[in-house]
Amino acid sequence: MKKLVIDEEFCKGCGLCVIACPLELITVGTKVNKQGYPLAQISDANQVKCTACSACARMCPDAAISVYLPKKD
Amino acid sequence: MNKRLFVKGNEAVCIGAIAAGCRYYFGYPITPQNEIPEYMSRELPGLGGTFLQAESEVAAINMVLGASAAGVRVMTSSSGPGISLKAEGLSYMAGSELPAVIVNIMRCGPGLGGIDASQADYFQAVKGGGHGGYHLIVLAPDSIQELYDLSMVAFDLADQYRVPAMILGDAMIGQMKEALIPHPYQPLAELPAKDWSVTGKGNRVQGNTVKSLFLQDGALEAHNWRLHDRYQQLKDREVRCETIGIDDAELILTAFGGAARIAKTAVSMARQAGLKVGLIRPITLFPFPEQVFRQATERCRRVLCVELNNGQMVEDVRLSVDRQADVRFYGRPGGTGSLPTPEELFEQLQKHYKD
Amino acid sequence: MADSMITVFERPHSLKPVPSHFCSGCHHGTVHRLVAEALDQLELQQQTIGIASVGCSVLLYEYFDIDVVEAPHGRAPAVATGVKRVHPDSIVFTYQGDGDLAAIGTAEIIHAANRGEHLTVIFVNNTTYGMTGGQMAPTSLGGQVTTTTPYGRDLETDGNPIRMAELLALLDGTHFSARVSVDAPRRVAQAGKVIHKAFEMQKNRAGFAFVEVLAACPTNWGLSALDANERISQEMMPCFPLGTFKDLSGAQG
Repeated sequence: MKKLVIDEEFCKGCGLCVIACPLELITVGTKVNKQGYPLAQISDANQVKCTACSACARMCPDAAISVYLPKKD
Repeated sequence: MNKRLFVKGNEAVCIGAIAAGCRYYFGYPITPQNEIPEYMSRELPGLGGTFLQAESEVAAINMVLGASAAGVRVMTSSSGPGISLKAEGLSYMAGSELPAVIVNIMRCGPGLGGIDASQADYFQAVKGGGHGGYHLIVLAPDSIQELYDLSMVAFDLADQYRVPAMILGDAMIGQMKEALIPHPYQPLAELPAKDWSVTGKGNRVQGNTVKSLFLQDGALEAHNWRLHDRYQQLKDREVRCETIGIDDAELILTAFGGAARIAKTAVSMARQAGLKVGLIRPITLFPFPEQVFRQATERCRRVLCVELNNGQMVEDVRLSVDRQADVRFYGRPGGTGSLPTPEELFEQLQKHYKD
Repeated sequence: MADSMITVFERPHSLKPVPSHFCSGCHHGTVHRLVAEALDQLELQQQTIGIASVGCSVLLYEYFDIDVVEAPHGRAPAVATGVKRVHPDSIVFTYQGDGDLAAIGTAEIIHAANRGEHLTVIFVNNTTYGMTGGQMAPTSLGGQVTTTTPYGRDLETDGNPIRMAELLALLDGTHFSARVSVDAPRRVAQAGKVIHKAFEMQKNRAGFAFVEVLAACPTNWGLSALDANERISQEMMPCFPLGTFKDLSGAQG
């Protein structure tokens, strides 16, 4: 289950999420979107480490990041 | 009911506006129209309306823009120098298709000029005044009764066509007192609902947007053609004009507003003297009564245009007759002691009648 | 999201699901989102009317799912006054840049504040005219190179950066005036709280509320998104200190 969902249509690759993440889990990669922006990305391994603190989502100027947590049973 | 009143022109326009349901007024003091904000400040609060004296003419017209966008009948008033400042807002309102009534009680210019009667703002009113190529509906009353009547008409036309309407008076019309019968307001037509206005989105699927910026390919051109069609409809349907004795006239005098009052006296003096002189008095300056001039000059080949300026409406008269008549001009630019008398105009009529 | 997940953070409903025209790293998007979050949280979307200004912020209506009026340059507070006087129960806010609010629209903002209009004003200060290509703004810093101060803003001849949050706090009609920044996650959170409060005050008819937001314009500053973001704390905050300069919300009860 992904905790961090980065909308590829909205992301402009500015990297503000990268500096926002206290665990340094996000990078800006080489893949580009329709507008030609390189996209912020998070690996599956880092998805596991993500604490869903939402600092990245809060910093994102394009409201491109959604954050979710698994329900505890 | 319909008791006769004896009021100033500046008060008559307010009485008419309130009768037509106007409850919002935003303005700024300037002579010779101060009785308008003073009247509105006295009457609107008691009617549940809003009177606000703005920090500037610029702010006032933008408050009008906001209130109009919010869906109500709203008015402002000023005189030439103030209308210059409002020109920006008027252009935005024209572009945003916002109805409102703007009263210009003209003083003389240019610059600070003076506070006496003048018609020097004809171009400013009729040719746009602001940037971008738009028209206002322009109504030019020549009596206190007509000022009252046209203030109601102005609101109706503005709402019907979504074009701001200007009442163009002058210091004479604004300041003098005459009898007025305040007929009850009767809408000219069934007016369209203001479903475009901003009220908060509520349950609407989409928010309403009031704007004049069009960036998509072709969108601005389409918008401007739509406005152009609206102006054409006004020309086709809403021309208002008074004519006196033009059927047998050898010379047609034409004048609007305050100048027409003097002209009417001069025309009757001419008729008494046996001269076949008629009068065309445009009441709508935009749309201009082009066809009335065109038809009248198919027979009568001479027109004398009289204005309280150095020649402005005369250009539209010439365009209307399209060289089928000899259009002459007599005017004085206004200022203290610069108002022509009926005798002076009668003399002009005699002169232009002969040669 | 799947039923097994809890939503921690999502795009607010008051923003339309469309990408913006703003440049990469431009903070307008952040401020848009904070306003939209406040409207969502206070359940004001249906009754809110936004007043767009001239500049990069003009396309407000493309992004906010609310009613919007576009004002001429600098005139948003006057337009907002007209709207609010007609619909006193609606929530009316202006969203203005520094050229719009602090230069050409100085009279309108001061008098709207002085009248105590029940408005929320969001003022984005990025020390430049973004839309027109990076000219000097009233808030440009001393020495700042812009396209109209190619040798740097000379305080002797070009004037001083104007501090609107402090200036407006002096007026009796102003009920709330604060300056916030969106250059770090905790400051974004704080900015969100302040913007929320500025709308909540209007909901309670508590008078004129003004929020200045320090923001980056990477394109016109000629900096990368990250360097531009860094400039806010390094260069802007010494001139434009963060803080609340007036708060009468308690006094209103």
